[in-house]
Amino acid sequence: MALTINTSTEQKKLTQAPLLKIWVPWMGCNLNRRRGSSVPQFCNSPTVIVMVGLPARGKTYISKKLTRYLNWIGVPTKMFNVGQYRREAVKTYKNFEFFKPDNEEAMKIRKACAAAALKDVAAYFTRDHGQVAVFDATNTTRERRAIINSFAKENGYKVFFVESICDDPDIIAENIKQVKFGSPDYVDRDIDEAMDDFIQRIECYKASYMTIDDEKDRKLSYIKIFDVGSRYLVNRVQDHIQSRIVYYLMNIHVTPRSIYLSRHGESELNLLGRIGGDTGLSPRGQKYASALGTFLKGQKIKDLKVWTSHMKRTIQTAEALGVQYEQWKALNEIDAGVCEELTYEEIQENFPEEFALRDQDKYRYRYPKGESYEDLVHRLEPVIMELERQENVLVICHQAVMRCLLAYFLNKPADELPYLRCPLHTVLKLTPIAYGCKVESFFLNIEAVNTHRERPVNVNISRNPEEALQTVPQHI
Amino acid sequence: MMRGCSSPSKLSQTPGRAVCMTNCPTLIVTVGLPARGKTYISKKLTRYLNWIGVPTREFNVGQYRREFVKIYKSFEFFRPDNEEGLKIRRQCASAALNDVRQYLTEDGGQVAVFDATNTTRERRHTIIQFAEQNGFKVFFVESVCEDPDVIQENIVQVKLGSPDYTNCNTEEAVEDFMKRIKCYENSYETLDEVLDRDLSYIKIMDVGQRYLVNRVLDHIQSRIVYYLMNIHITPRSIYLCRHGESELNVKGRIGGDSGLTARGKEFAKKLNQFIQAQNISDLKVWTSQMKRTIQTAEALNVPYEQWKVLNEIDAGVCEEMMYEEIQDHYPLEFALRDQDKYRYRYPKGESYEDLVQRLEPVIMELERQENVLVICHQAVMRCLLAYFLDKTAEELPYLKCPLHTVLKLTPVAYGCKVESICLNVDAVNTHREKPENVEVSRMSEEALLTVPAHQ
Repeated sequence: MALTINTSTEQKKLTQAPLLKIWVPWMGCNLNRRRGSSVPQFCNSPTVIVMVGLPARGKTYISKKLTRYLNWIGVPTKMFNVGQYRREAVKTYKNFEFFKPDNEEAMKIRKACAAAALKDVAAYFTRDHGQVAVFDATNTTRERRAIINSFAKENGYKVFFVESICDDPDIIAENIKQVKFGSPDYVDRDIDEAMDDFIQRIECYKASYMTIDDEKDRKLSYIKIFDVGSRYLVNRVQDHIQSRIVYYLMNIHVTPRSIYLSRHGESELNLLGRIGGDTGLSPRGQKYASALGTFLKGQKIKDLKVWTSHMKRTIQTAEALGVQYEQWKALNEIDAGVCEELTYEEIQENFPEEFALRDQDKYRYRYPKGESYEDLVHRLEPVIMELERQENVLVICHQAVMRCLLAYFLNKPADELPYLRCPLHTVLKLTPIAYGCKVESFFLNIEAVNTHRERPVNVNISRNPEEALQTVPQHI
Repeated sequence: MMRGCSSPSKLSQTPGRAVCMTNCPTLIVTVGLPARGKTYISKKLTRYLNWIGVPTREFNVGQYRREFVKIYKSFEFFRPDNEEGLKIRRQCASAALNDVRQYLTEDGGQVAVFDATNTTRERRHTIIQFAEQNGFKVFFVESVCEDPDVIQENIVQVKLGSPDYTNCNTEEAVEDFMKRIKCYENSYETLDEVLDRDLSYIKIMDVGQRYLVNRVLDHIQSRIVYYLMNIHITPRSIYLCRHGESELNVKGRIGGDSGLTARGKEFAKKLNQFIQAQNISDLKVWTSQMKRTIQTAEALNVPYEQWKVLNEIDAGVCEEMMYEEIQDHYPLEFALRDQDKYRYRYPKGESYEDLVQRLEPVIMELERQENVLVICHQAVMRCLLAYFLDKTAEELPYLKCPLHTVLKLTPVAYGCKVESICLNVDAVNTHREKPENVEVSRMSEEALLTVPAHQ
């Protein structure tokens, strides 16, 4: 913690930071680390997550997903894929011979690439204030892992290994199809050629593959994932972040499924241009709810789970579907505190400074007696975790909530999140493919007000009302 | 955890096998030699699950045995060639399973923890069949440990005080218990990676150094695994206290975000002295994001972490009101709250039940940590205290958490030792007891009978 320790015995005055609404002692203390998020940042030393495993075992899939999750919950994380460095060093990939264990020239290049990646890891931690680096490579020999361990020790980083072990030929073939055929390495090959070459590539690693040894490596911190999550071995979890990582890894799966995100139908307050509150649906909103039911039937989804918030408008929407649904308080709309049920015009009139601060940093801005988008993300984390566990789910929620969930699935950074477009009466269908998420947008053809307010040009506290209200969408 | 429309369990009976469709009850089965922490884990897990709202009960087969065989003579009862003993032990296991069935099918239980050694594959197979017949999911929790120091410490902590050994001296008890363990060792079949690959289980090795997790089937099993992987047994203490007396406290107003009174500041100073005197190694200090807890922490002159989830319960439309004003403006709400203080949610606010959900990450992190001081608020402190002291939802909102008093919680044996330290700085009383008349039709005086004095 970077708080200054004071020796004075008198009580210091506290002031509330205007944007974050965090109480801080007035005498300029070092706020670098404590950014005023709603949950303490439990990271002290930076952590290097080291992937281990033969090719096509899901290392990059896990790396990307984990990086996305950690960034979303507010832990600055970056992925370092050694294959990428290799592609930059060796412009054109010829064939698997590059990976033969007796190919001295190639070995040199591969070692250099790993070293370059580690150097960038160090720079990420020191220069860019990163917290977690995911070192994505095969790292299949004890020797290579020892090098990484030493590197980490010298620099005071913690190390956590994630090994993926799988011998199911169907899974491996599927992996190769999903992500390898599209790789820059195989851009000019036909499918059978690529498959053959890749299988030979895997063979190159097999002879020297040394799995993390439960005896010899018992002092290391690691998780071994067997057969895409059917079994896990977890050793020496050191701290909070490693515990969260393990929990996350143990909840994700690769079974194909789709997640449907939608807002409630248009509400009474929506029509009036008022934010928050707990009103019911407008007539058009009701129409949407029915249309949603029809749409879902048409999608023919197996075992669909439906989730709503505790607010009337999402529940009314779900009711029209005629299926069971679960209510989550965590899915409630962002709490606008003193601004609940106000129009933007009223907010500008009554709280012009707040209104400007919000436009300056919409992600971190907390309404007085309310929440920020950052708070919302933390509140939604259990929802994301359960979404990862589930298969087909429809989440009927609210604008700010949907932006947060969408940002998680589409890997949008904090500054884009609050401006993601989530219009009423539109269903987003998210289907995981390869390393990311396919998005399909379905507007169900029922008119609704626009509730999306773009960031205005002038965000200064000194701006005049017209400048502040320029981007407010139409309402009654 | 989710609230709202959760469907009741539906079972379709086919002979010998019930197919569970939704919300299957779960049977957690412990596995391990004596003195491996099975009962410790069972009790802790039960406490945690009940606190987060999952009705759970533990069934300790040793308890059934003690009721059956009134007096424990010696380890000979557990010898594998003691036919009489084996018969009794089998009967006890059956009786316990019977009670499990009752609890999960008729008494509204969601999780049952079957606490016994269950060290043979045969015994576990019997349990699996029982579960299949009744439509329960099974999750095994095996504790494996060979560290003689840990085992010794376990015996000292919990076995010496057991009813089995009330009339023995320490040496006798330890000797007998060691022989008891030996009785199980020969027939012990640990969960096997290959033979048991279709079972759902977690194997805990060496008190949490290593875990093997196999086939986690659903949400509750995932939460159980996460919890088990975060708990530890390193000795430590947790200090709970409220912020110093606040301006709104003295006015008899609830909620808000005011600062400390002069007495509150005095408490903060005394808290600082108290903490110093306790000489705690590596104390972490946590506060909420409300002014009054932060002001209190500031007096300690140590780094502290702010958690928004430690903020006081949101009283919604009743924020900053006195009880008299709530009775005046919202007499119906006031009565409803007295009827079910745990589940009652303030309009546009929260309930204690909501609070518990929001505090779960705090509890999880408290389990991971060692020495921690949590400076929080009345309702929040009641929720945390209820977790540590295993209080029910009915008792929770009425737990006494007075201002200017520190509670020191130290885990001991299967529970928690509590020391209450009043720091001798006067403060208003903010504890309102449940009044006698909770009917909506009651009169103002009846409603306000238990309101504590204020300015």
